[in-house]
Amino acid sequence: MSKMPKWADAVLIPLISILLAFFFSGLVIMAIGKDPIVAIKTMVQGAFGSTQGIGYTLYYATNFIFTGLSVAVAYHARLFNIGSEGQATLGGLGVAVVCLAVPWPHWTLALPAAMIGGAAFGAAWAFIPAYLQAKRGSHIVITTIMFNFIASALMGYVLLNVLKVPGSMAAESANFGPGAHLPTFHEMLAPFGINFNKNAPANVSFLVALLACVVFYFLIWRTRLGYEIRAFGQSDTAAHYAGINRVRIVIIAMLISGALAGLMAINNVMGEAERLIDNAVEGAGFIGIAVALMGRNHPIGIFLAAILFGFLYQGGAELAFWESIPRELIVVIQGLVILFTGALDNMVRAPLEKLFIALDKKKEA
Amino acid sequence: MDYLTVIQILDSALRLATPLLLTCLAGLFSERAGVVDIGLEAKLLAAAFLSGAVAHTTGSIWIGLGAGVAGSLAFSMLHGLASITFKGDQLISGVALNFLAAGLTVVIGQAWFKLGGRTPSLTPDERFSSWEPSFTEAMSHIPVIGPAADELIAGHTVLTYIALAAVPLSWWVLFRTRFGLRLRAVGENPSAVDTAGVSVVALRYAALVIAGVLCGLAGTYLASLAAGFVKDMSAGRGYIALAALIFAKWRPWYALYATLLFGLLEAIGNRYQSISVGDFVIPVQFMQALPYILTVIILAGFVGKAIPPRAGGQPYVKER
Repeated sequence: MSKMPKWADAVLIPLISILLAFFFSGLVIMAIGKDPIVAIKTMVQGAFGSTQGIGYTLYYATNFIFTGLSVAVAYHARLFNIGSEGQATLGGLGVAVVCLAVPWPHWTLALPAAMIGGAAFGAAWAFIPAYLQAKRGSHIVITTIMFNFIASALMGYVLLNVLKVPGSMAAESANFGPGAHLPTFHEMLAPFGINFNKNAPANVSFLVALLACVVFYFLIWRTRLGYEIRAFGQSDTAAHYAGINRVRIVIIAMLISGALAGLMAINNVMGEAERLIDNAVEGAGFIGIAVALMGRNHPIGIFLAAILFGFLYQGGAELAFWESIPRELIVVIQGLVILFTGALDNMVRAPLEKLFIALDKKKEA
Repeated sequence: MDYLTVIQILDSALRLATPLLLTCLAGLFSERAGVVDIGLEAKLLAAAFLSGAVAHTTGSIWIGLGAGVAGSLAFSMLHGLASITFKGDQLISGVALNFLAAGLTVVIGQAWFKLGGRTPSLTPDERFSSWEPSFTEAMSHIPVIGPAADELIAGHTVLTYIALAAVPLSWWVLFRTRFGLRLRAVGENPSAVDTAGVSVVALRYAALVIAGVLCGLAGTYLASLAAGFVKDMSAGRGYIALAALIFAKWRPWYALYATLLFGLLEAIGNRYQSISVGDFVIPVQFMQALPYILTVIILAGFVGKAIPPRAGGQPYVKER
């Protein structure tokens, strides 16, 4: 009994929610005595006005695609994974271990190995909460929050006591070798005669992220496993009677989720920092929640939402620089987006449903 | 480790446990009524910021306390609007509010005071003073009991005593009053409460009001203790309180024990960078992570089973 057309559900509701979130963000900007129009112009100019800006925007977007997909795959099984942050942190450790253990001759060899390392560590970090949820009914939201904190403590320990370069003051690992250097957009586009900014951190990981979107689509909507995940998410009892193993689906969905979060590390750790630093994830795991909600757990939506948040991140940095509006404005916008697209969904949906029902009746009459 | 050190660690444990206890009791009321509250962190931050800012502006910590409670209440009501009125996802609403508070406190703080998101330092007059009764001073020369009385019983601010008093009070309200019975019923079986002709919505909002006030006290305590607000000063305490709530299995007295334990862990971690047991050195990071690890173990049901209120997390939809 669909009360409204499919396009309204997929496009109209998210659009209205986002506009509401931006409207309130504008009010916040006005409340602190700044001009929202100038702010938007500064952000657009900063994020898309130069190849450096674009490079940063796409770099951030790459992180958010991975974490957005991570949150989304769990959400299809109705598991709310708040732990992408911790899983991405551990993914960074996996990537660092792979990059430091072997003197890689070329990035084409180092990248697949690092991807396996990051995904494996991320998945492993998701495994315990998944197992506890599936076998012992421990609520995954709480356990993944706890695991975020444990991950950050563990990372602090590993950086200080294991990976730190002897004699160095900074709690960070050694630099990765030149063979583990991923080509940046500058190096990738130079052969085509395009002069992309040299300092922008966007790199080949962006293409891996796009590939992940495609794989995600086929996995969720075109495979048996994806069908089982979605069936389980729609109704866990119905799935059970259909012969779908509950424990198996919860664990597999979370392992994929953790692996996707861990994959993010090829971008921030291997692509940008080229060494392991503390708090390398910088909240990207949490932004994944906003991205997945906004993108309606669909890869196309997630891609667009990730670009939007990449824009907000890069634009927000420019805003801090030129307009002296703190970067935390982005956190406010992020909160408002999650609030309106996630928690206040019914506020937008209910009146729209009424409107469409009224329109239908008019047509019939 | 001598006796005085032990006393000092216990004193600092009580100091650190106070905001945890208030926040934990806030979560207790809200979750007992069936509203899961991940947004405790948001309320702490909002209260800490507003109380710090207003106490500085007006010169009175009591007006600051009022502002802190009001800020915390505003976030509580927003949570209610999303999760009770509009029947949204309580977890998502809580996550959203945490981001909102983390961002707004800094953005507004910067616009207001231009100190990079901090509020100006509070003078001693603009903070809660500690209670130093004459009898503990007179006792302080008595060995063993004296220092204990001086450090543990006296020397805390009014909010610590309020927090301790809130434990039996919460127990009494929840388990000995009609309101408490209904509140707990609404978290277990809201349709039964509805059938009895009692408003589910009103009860859940009432629980959120109590939670808002308690978080307001906790946030103000943080600002008063640190003499002002700094960015992210709640430092995950909302989540630790949530952990303590599970640890306490949603019961007031156990909440006191759980928060005291977590306070003690933090106090020990603050005092010793690393603790050696024989040849083995326990790293400080392990101490930091211990509350979270303990919570996971409790959640896994290896040490007794923590069963949350049955209707927790689900919006109540009337049958038609």
